[in-house]
Amino acid sequence: MTTPAEVENTQVEPEETAASERPWVTIVWNDPVNLMSYVTYVLQKIFGYSQEHATKLMLDVHHKGRAVVSSGSREKVEGDVAKLHAAGLWATMQHDS
Amino acid sequence: MQDWTRDNGRLVSELEPNEAAVIRGLVGEIRDMLAGRAQQAPQDELAELTGMRTGPSTPPEEGVLARLLPDFIRSDRDTFEPETGEADTAGALRSLHEPELIDHKSGVATTVLETCPERGGTVSLTEDQADSWLTAINDVRLALGTALGISEDFPDEPPRDELQREHYYVYQWLTWVQDSMIQALTS
Repeated sequence: MTTPAEVENTQVEPEETAASERPWVTIVWNDPVNLMSYVTYVLQKIFGYSQEHATKLMLDVHHKGRAVVSSGSREKVEGDVAKLHAAGLWATMQHDS
Repeated sequence: MQDWTRDNGRLVSELEPNEAAVIRGLVGEIRDMLAGRAQQAPQDELAELTGMRTGPSTPPEEGVLARLLPDFIRSDRDTFEPETGEADTAGALRSLHEPELIDHKSGVATTVLETCPERGGTVSLTEDQADSWLTAINDVRLALGTALGISEDFPDEPPRDELQREHYYVYQWLTWVQDSMIQALTS
């Protein structure tokens, strides 16, 4: 999209990072269909984030084109991506760099 | 249709007969499309024996289905160096998760078809049913948005083609239905 966003770590569980050298991250990408209100609602529902935090992540997606919405072990992130796909968000996973 | 309102924890609205028909028709179409994709899953004896289902390892060629069933790893990205073996990983992850994702999307579509009165009238939903409606309506919007080629610079003017124009108005109406539902759920 525009400028590459800084990768921000949210909710990194210490025991999970210790298990592998680099954690996996879940990324939500901007898309022209999903409503801002819906993205915020889904992030609150799936991750239990406060409205304030979910709104901040949603605005990052909207303005920067993407946001890291969770991180941790590969299994955790895989599950998070599956849930986001079920909700219709455009999400992918990758190794944190 | 009126705004969704909250009544004793339930989400309530009234649908005109044609509105109910549009919602039921489009949600049903999505469910049919997904069923068609599910039939393409590889069949093998081991899967039948163990009950462990595997889906196709490659994304759907058709744009709407590809949007509804995205890859787990982005293959077209330009901001990161793809890591060795990531294409294989993306295929394996799709194969593993796609049947479940199709089940989920078909499930929310079924909830809508069960709770949306055929001839219109009052719709009264529990919060879980409302969440299914949100997801199912979002899937319809993703499908219409993909088919219409909607972008960030959403066209200000309706498309000239008659069928596309109809889809465009339905898309806009569903945007309103979905947003009104979220307002009611979060108020």
